[in-house]
Amino acid sequence: MDNNVVLTMRGITMTFPGVKALDNVDFTLRKGEIHALMGENGAGKSTLIKCLTGINAFEAGEIHVDGINGPVVNHSTLDAQKKGISTVYQEVNLCGNLSVAENLFIGREPRTKIGTIDWKTMIKKSQKIMDDLEMPVNVTQNLEEYSLALQQMIAIARAVDMDCKVLILDEPTSSLDDNEVEKLFRLMRQLRDKGVGIVFVTHFLEQVYAVCDRITVLRNGTLVGEYPIAELPRVKLVAAMMGKDFDDLAAIKTEEQADFSKAEVIIDAKGLSHKGTIKPFDLTIHKGEVVGLTGLLGSGRSELARVIYGADRNQTGTLKVAGKEVNIKSPIDAMNLGMGLLPDDRKEEGIIGDLSVRENIILAMQAKRGMFRLIPMKDQIALADKYIEMLQIKTASRETLIKQLSGGNQQKVILGRWLATDPDFLILDEPTRGIDIGTKTEIQKLVLKLAGEGKSIIFISSEIEEMLRTCSKMEVLRDGQKVGEITENLTQENVMKAIAGGGSNE
Amino acid sequence: MKTKKMSSNTLLLIITICLFFVMYGAGCVMYSAKGFTHLQTFLNILINNAGLLCVACGMTCVMLTGGIDISVGSLIALDCMFLAVGMERWGMSGPLLCVLVLVIGIVFGLVQGFCVGYLQIQPFIVTMAGMFFGRGMTAIISTDQVPISNEWFVGLANKKIQIPFGAYTNNKGVLQVPYIRISVVVALLVLIIIFLMLRYTKFGRSLYAVGGNEQSAIMMGLNVPMTKLKAYVLSSFLCSIGGICFCLNTMSGNVQQATGLEMDAIASAVIGGTLLTGGVGNVIGSFFGVLINGTISTLVKTNGKLLSSWSNIAVAALLCFFIVLQSVFAKIKERK
Repeated sequence: MDNNVVLTMRGITMTFPGVKALDNVDFTLRKGEIHALMGENGAGKSTLIKCLTGINAFEAGEIHVDGINGPVVNHSTLDAQKKGISTVYQEVNLCGNLSVAENLFIGREPRTKIGTIDWKTMIKKSQKIMDDLEMPVNVTQNLEEYSLALQQMIAIARAVDMDCKVLILDEPTSSLDDNEVEKLFRLMRQLRDKGVGIVFVTHFLEQVYAVCDRITVLRNGTLVGEYPIAELPRVKLVAAMMGKDFDDLAAIKTEEQADFSKAEVIIDAKGLSHKGTIKPFDLTIHKGEVVGLTGLLGSGRSELARVIYGADRNQTGTLKVAGKEVNIKSPIDAMNLGMGLLPDDRKEEGIIGDLSVRENIILAMQAKRGMFRLIPMKDQIALADKYIEMLQIKTASRETLIKQLSGGNQQKVILGRWLATDPDFLILDEPTRGIDIGTKTEIQKLVLKLAGEGKSIIFISSEIEEMLRTCSKMEVLRDGQKVGEITENLTQENVMKAIAGGGSNE
Repeated sequence: MKTKKMSSNTLLLIITICLFFVMYGAGCVMYSAKGFTHLQTFLNILINNAGLLCVACGMTCVMLTGGIDISVGSLIALDCMFLAVGMERWGMSGPLLCVLVLVIGIVFGLVQGFCVGYLQIQPFIVTMAGMFFGRGMTAIISTDQVPISNEWFVGLANKKIQIPFGAYTNNKGVLQVPYIRISVVVALLVLIIIFLMLRYTKFGRSLYAVGGNEQSAIMMGLNVPMTKLKAYVLSSFLCSIGGICFCLNTMSGNVQQATGLEMDAIASAVIGGTLLTGGVGNVIGSFFGVLINGTISTLVKTNGKLLSSWSNIAVAALLCFFIVLQSVFAKIKERK
């Protein structure tokens, strides 16, 4: 093996029942590089990583790790860790109820002479690790006291301190805001300079170009190629991932700016608020309009939507729906008024993992009808098939459990759930988070199509570009307060300015 | 960033400890004429609840993993009956029986722990089966009330360990020296050992990790099934130690003995700040939980006019208070 190479995977092949998930895939990781593993949903990124970390067994191929003679086969993540391969996932796999020091050292605590845990040494060592990485952390504090970003970095610190040669970061930035991402990148670069080989899996193209040295692209379980970052500009990367030329997203927006001011007002909120999360705000949404909520992570975008929907009850103000004043006490009231909410946390609030795709799709509709008026099976099947087809949900069958679907497809199922209730007003909270660019385009197109059919939509997303393409009006939030509304000159620059402060659309 | 904030869990523990002192202080003020202020009153609480304290320590460990052990009450009944019948009818030696009781506890715990840890059955169901089994076995051994008159055991039960301070003369002019029983020494030793174990051993910290986030514990390379198995073995073992302490107080075996004791143990742990969801708690809290439990019943008894059921109601009120307090703290934390 080349001296500089820390990990090689050759000819990795594995099949899931009926699908070839990986077909003869090669992957090479060198010392001290950040290597992006890219591909659309279902391209085989996760499967490849799971083969490496011992969660999935592969059928053919070999893995070689620097310093270990002969092919390596891992049987569990623990096994992989012992061979120097650590993974940090999107969800932090640490214990919030233990101190930071313990999280760094659990399972390998320093011991005193009589075999008890040596807290003093443990705390000293942990504090040194944190200080070396310039992380502002008191290691005796419980982990849950710190932000998700810091927790993630602590997870990485743990992995690195366990002498890992290969560090796999699987979508670590999905729940972080820009500032936190930058901190994470700094840490990644630091580790790269120390000679750690880092595999970075992400959906964010900008992040790849911000931090990576090399890209490996997968498509449909096969290797497309490995490229140094400089030789693969963004458009080419997308083309490689999708296997076709980049469908210019900007083109999907209709040229003429429709004027909604004369259309029927669907939502008219005056002074709504929720104590502790959202200060009083006004909001008007017309029929067929797509309104974007923008602001930094934690600025109250989701919370504002939750107040309208009744998930958090408003404490002040009035809400008129289609001209009539209403009092929404809970989401079921909102549903009966023709509203739908696609929550941002689909694991916690959206999918019911142990139910099938069909059951997940009809769920909201059934709830709206009341539980004693069961939807006939024939209609259920028809509905499920309709939305599987319409949203191009990739599932083995309509009776497959939703938890077996990939993240993007789960998201589509939930979208289908709300479309099935035929809402007049739909709140989409981060509908495109964690899904690949092709599906993103489809969802954006769908949003515009729905609006064209006369539905009103609130669209929340962290990606401003995406909102610029879909929204006709943007509401800007900061610290739980609506600070501006942009109706004209919707450009990235204007929106960024508004988010950053300095008033509305000057 | 370097300052350490007081966690809500520490605050809960402090509230529990304060509550105990307030309650006990109130008792001293209200019933000083009935001798509540004497040290012996406090020591009696310890003597009466030594068994419960052992059980509560084990229960705390199990609850830390997010589990529960409701078999402890009937296991105590089984232990007592086994001791009583063993000594009185089968003529076995006391020390040997005590060792056998501990072995029963370990075996009991092994079976339950295996079911919970390795077969991944709900702890409530597993220990409920254990509860029925224990009570059933007790009745199989004997349905009578079996008093113990074994010389060694009676000697052990009556042994007073006198305390060199807090002596007073009663109204007949006799000097009363405060004392504790051997069971209190055992229970306090258990308390100290478990406290140290939870803080300073890998097993102790693993209990917290498993209860905090089981998935993470697996990912961090801890042996989760083994940790759970050990927790249940520990609980049943401590319960058997508690059973012997309990028997030293009651000096008999009886099918109906210690009914509902598992609930007292759980209540003590919860009042002491242990979360049913796991990952948070400490035996010091449970110790004060037991003391509060004991103080309530002593207060009710000392009053003399109140029905003993009032102590149940008081415990219920306290439980509510602490559960509400816990969830309020959890909400505040979420808000942050």
